[in-house]
Amino acid sequence: MAENTVTRADLSEAVYQEVGLSRNESAILVESVLTEIADTLTRGETVKISSFGSFSVRQKGQRIGRNPKTGQEVPILPRKVLVFRASNVLKSMINSGTGDNSVDGAPLPTDSSDSVHQSQTAPEQPVTTFGTGSPFNQPGN
Amino acid sequence: MTKSELILRLAEDNPHLYQRDVERIVSTIFDEISTALARGDRVELRGFGAFSVKTREARTGRNPRTGESVSVAKKSVPFFKSGKDLRDRLNGRK
Repeated sequence: MAENTVTRADLSEAVYQEVGLSRNESAILVESVLTEIADTLTRGETVKISSFGSFSVRQKGQRIGRNPKTGQEVPILPRKVLVFRASNVLKSMINSGTGDNSVDGAPLPTDSSDSVHQSQTAPEQPVTTFGTGSPFNQPGN
Repeated sequence: MTKSELILRLAEDNPHLYQRDVERIVSTIFDEISTALARGDRVELRGFGAFSVKTREARTGRNPRTGESVSVAKKSVPFFKSGKDLRDRLNGRK
């Protein structure tokens, strides 16, 4: 499946279509939303967007790393990293197959044209939900 | 900061807009990102970061309480990688 990349321009276009501001102003507002989120995170504050996810800043301590090429030890300085935790709504949206890739285990009839690495990656495993006893790998009897 | 606080702040900065419109703008942006990810697309916002979808292969897990083996189906998870500019800003390099 050809995977597309969505950019600022697409977000602005959606805002333009949906809200009816000018294209120019839509673009400016998309930018302000991102700037506002970035500014808040820079202050060290968490940003929570309901039904989407939350962004938070985590402090990492110093540790010793290695230059993989030379094997030389280099200190990795303490730093801040940004972590995103997706909400359950977003996670289930991604797994409910609004998309094209069949994630919920239904085997697709593979077209010979684009089955480059399809052949090996289709384990024929029945989907067992958590909790019900799996008939597989059970010890005993 | 929550989504409603974000909306309030943007409404303050844009007094010519109705708050209702600001709400729709913010919702549209996040809806658009969500549907793109659900389609399997990537969302790249230079300087801010990129959202993408990663797949987790099916595996055999265990019920931590009973120790029973359970097969966990293949699934997709959203992933966010922060952009360089934002990362640098967090560390006070800009």
